[in-house]
Amino acid sequence: MTALLQVEGLGVHYGGIEAVARLDLEVRQGERVTLIGANGAGKSSTLKALAGLVAASAGSIRYDGTDMRALPAWQRVGRGLCLVPEGRGVFSRLTIEENLLMGAYHRGSVPQLSRELDHIYGLLPRLHERRHQAAGTLSGGEQQMLAIGRALMARPRLLMLDEPSMGLAPLMVEKVFEVIRNIVAEGVTLLLVEQNARLALEMCDRAYVMESGRIVLSDSAARCLDNPLVRAAYLG
Amino acid sequence: MDIFLQQLVNGLTLGSIYALVALGYTMVYGIMELINFAHGEVVMVGALVALTVIQALSGQGWPVPLAVLAGVLAAMVVCMVLGLVIERVAYRPLRRAPKLAPLITAIGLSIVLQQLAALIWGRGYLSFPAVLPPVSVAWGGVIITAIQGVIVALAGLIMAGLLVLVQKTALGRAMRATAQNPAVAQLMGVNTDRVIALTFVLGSALAAVAGVMVVAYYNVGNYTMGFMLGLKAFTAAVLGGIGNLPGAMLGGLLLGVVESLGAGYIGDLTGGFFGSNYKDVFAFMVLIGVLVFHPNGLLGSRAQEKV
Repeated sequence: MTALLQVEGLGVHYGGIEAVARLDLEVRQGERVTLIGANGAGKSSTLKALAGLVAASAGSIRYDGTDMRALPAWQRVGRGLCLVPEGRGVFSRLTIEENLLMGAYHRGSVPQLSRELDHIYGLLPRLHERRHQAAGTLSGGEQQMLAIGRALMARPRLLMLDEPSMGLAPLMVEKVFEVIRNIVAEGVTLLLVEQNARLALEMCDRAYVMESGRIVLSDSAARCLDNPLVRAAYLG
Repeated sequence: MDIFLQQLVNGLTLGSIYALVALGYTMVYGIMELINFAHGEVVMVGALVALTVIQALSGQGWPVPLAVLAGVLAAMVVCMVLGLVIERVAYRPLRRAPKLAPLITAIGLSIVLQQLAALIWGRGYLSFPAVLPPVSVAWGGVIITAIQGVIVALAGLIMAGLLVLVQKTALGRAMRATAQNPAVAQLMGVNTDRVIALTFVLGSALAAVAGVMVVAYYNVGNYTMGFMLGLKAFTAAVLGGIGNLPGAMLGGLLLGVVESLGAGYIGDLTGGFFGSNYKDVFAFMVLIGVLVFHPNGLLGSRAQEKV
């Protein structure tokens, strides 16, 4: 089976600083893959390069058979390559419903939009109650839910989540991951970057471990959970 | 009382024009935190283009309404192209530069546009052909001319249309999203470069209409007319809260009224020491007052983002 996403030799530089170096990674259709590692290992930079928010300085990004490096960020989402950025990135002065509609922006005006809104509201009933309020009035966890719901409105084929648990209370983390599990069950392919390595490994099929901009380990998530090195470094 | 009401009418007319120009400042500021000091010159270009076209066409015997309409359309097209070129050539290359660079560019651009206009139209005053019938209605002791009525009504329509565009359409949502977080807007599939360019085009179209209003109201145009007008419209935008569309509208109307009332009463208040030619002082007193006491403006919010 060919990969939905095939990354080879990816490099990302900020000025003279190398954030990601010679990174190889692949995600197959329907897979759940996680990228774990310490702070500053280059996980977010990798996702940003895949989404087009930062330019890759080397390597190739093949997604669904096309080279993504030639496309600007705003065209990549149209192919189903969709990133929920670190820090959620909700438009705080837009209403919740406007945020969700922004998710579907690249699809133009499609007739089934209100049905899809209802679907999202079904998954996230809290958002429905407050749909005409500014998104900035939501709590951190609710904003994360909104960001994920907004990404679903984009009809992603490959959903990339950057630190969905960041800054959330444990109970809220559990709720957010519940939502992510439901989405994955609907058949969305997932590339998850997460500080909470145990949570990530428990819900994914395969894992890559990053250190200082490089992949140092690639294995099934189950074997990573048992790997003594991973346990010592990331599972505590 | 009659003087008061008359100056109120005059002020609302003037304020409608300020509001249209202030919207251009505030939209551009809202989306890229840039004060486009060349915006007043766009108004001037719109005014002079319309003046030229209307003069030429009415000289050839076109019916007045058609000639005016053609003048307005020509001014809008020229200004929209000008706005597009300004964004592309002067501001886009500086988007990642320190804030001072685009500001100085804006001032430089303003001088360039003024001098270009002087080359094209000369340094003299161009008079608006007396094509509009001087119709007016007297209402009590207050006289409202037809042109005043048209200016206020047209400005109101345009502003209502703009609010609907920004608040209710997908393009408007994309503009607001780009204003808040351009990177995330791109992740939603928004071509932010195009949205920013469109914002300039839209503001320039409003500037063109405002320019035509100015020459139709005062019957005269000149290559320097954009400077003071731009400065006052900027004041109006700051008064309303820069970046806030209803704020620009409110600020424009208020500033027009303050200026007209000030001009009407300053002679009486100072025992004739200052005449109405000091009216510009009021606009800038307002600017200073706002900056000192309420820098966010009337409707502006402290830009606090919840992280």
